[in-house]
Amino acid sequence: MANQAPRSDSQPDDSARTAEFEARIARGETIEPKDWMPERYRKQLVRMMSQHAHSEIVGMLPEGNWITRAPNLRRKMALIAKVQDEAGHGLYIYCGTETLGVDRQELIAQLLDGTAKYSSIFNYPTLSWADIGCIGWFVDGAAIVNQTMLAKASYGPYARAMVRICKEENFHKRQGYEIMATLAAGTPEQKAMAQEAVNRWWWPSLMMFGPHDADSPNSDELRRWGVKKKSNDELRQRFVNLTVGQAKAIDLTLPDPELRYDDATENWHFGPIDWAEFWRVVKGDGPCNRERLAARRKAHDDGEWVRVAAAAYAAKQRRSSEAA
Amino acid sequence: MPDSHDETLKTQGATAADSQWPLWEVFVQPPHGEPHEHAGSVHAVSAEQALENARDVYARRGEAVSLWVVPSSAITASTPDDMGPFFDPGNDKPYRHPQFYKVPRGVRVV
Repeated sequence: MANQAPRSDSQPDDSARTAEFEARIARGETIEPKDWMPERYRKQLVRMMSQHAHSEIVGMLPEGNWITRAPNLRRKMALIAKVQDEAGHGLYIYCGTETLGVDRQELIAQLLDGTAKYSSIFNYPTLSWADIGCIGWFVDGAAIVNQTMLAKASYGPYARAMVRICKEENFHKRQGYEIMATLAAGTPEQKAMAQEAVNRWWWPSLMMFGPHDADSPNSDELRRWGVKKKSNDELRQRFVNLTVGQAKAIDLTLPDPELRYDDATENWHFGPIDWAEFWRVVKGDGPCNRERLAARRKAHDDGEWVRVAAAAYAAKQRRSSEAA
Repeated sequence: MPDSHDETLKTQGATAADSQWPLWEVFVQPPHGEPHEHAGSVHAVSAEQALENARDVYARRGEAVSLWVVPSSAITASTPDDMGPFFDPGNDKPYRHPQFYKVPRGVRVV
């Protein structure tokens, strides 16, 4: 296929090619599907991009939970459009991953059989309408910080998918923040609901950026190869710095007693993250891990008749055009 | 539809119901007279379905006035190994560029 990489075979004499590859990255050149790349670069990208695509797809579930119960038609239309965008984002990134010589089908099979990971944030439940606001504000806000960096990634198809996604993601964040601002300015009960959602989503949102740099095994390599341009901790700090003022503006409190502005670093200092919780959720023991996978498997199985019907229709069309 | 795609459908064999449909490359033309640009790809059983999927995936916000879908297998592309020799004929012809030509002193616009 024109746009796909040959599966590169790793030979012992690859060191010269690897040096040339790394020199290209150092010069800021973009790596394209048919270019030579170290097998490890290809593998890391397949892992990272497919996890990213799966996250977009699984991310539809917690929000889909509230489509039928959105408080009015305006909110409902916005939420449907947002969930549709997430499906689109998943497809952009699957398409980018396929340029590395894997099939989307393989990737989806890995998601459904539980061997592939996706962002642990989507293993938390959406208990109230305010959670939909929090997902847009925090989760999409964090995703924008991460994806803005990835839009400069060294692998062309990944970077281009990110540019496309970033353009659309701002609507997601603003619709979420508008929900929170409206609730926070509402009745005492509505404001309490907004604050309660903030309390539950804040820390898992900070965990979205992954382990601290010192504990992040893949980070060094991904940075050396220009896939990531900033570290997990730098991105997390940027997200905190952006969000503190937004919370203040709508009079909601971020649940961290240690949160304070540090004049020396010009950053908002935040308290310790509960990494035991992070690893528990990553390893499959979050509140909704089983439910999310069960929902994906059911959707895949329930969609089978559509795939069968489309294939049968295409075959019939071909037969009638051959007969004609 | 080219034969190769019928083959793709057939070779996916036993799990046909669960198989991956052929891949199509999508080209989107934005408004205001710009050329079609590669946007990404979609899987689809037919050209018609590929167009519909491309619309849903790559044109949700009025980005397009026109879409092309092309079976990926129908595209012939240059390879990175060709790069030097393949593009060489163009590289040693500086007289194709305006800077090659001298302009008398004092003349600003030619």
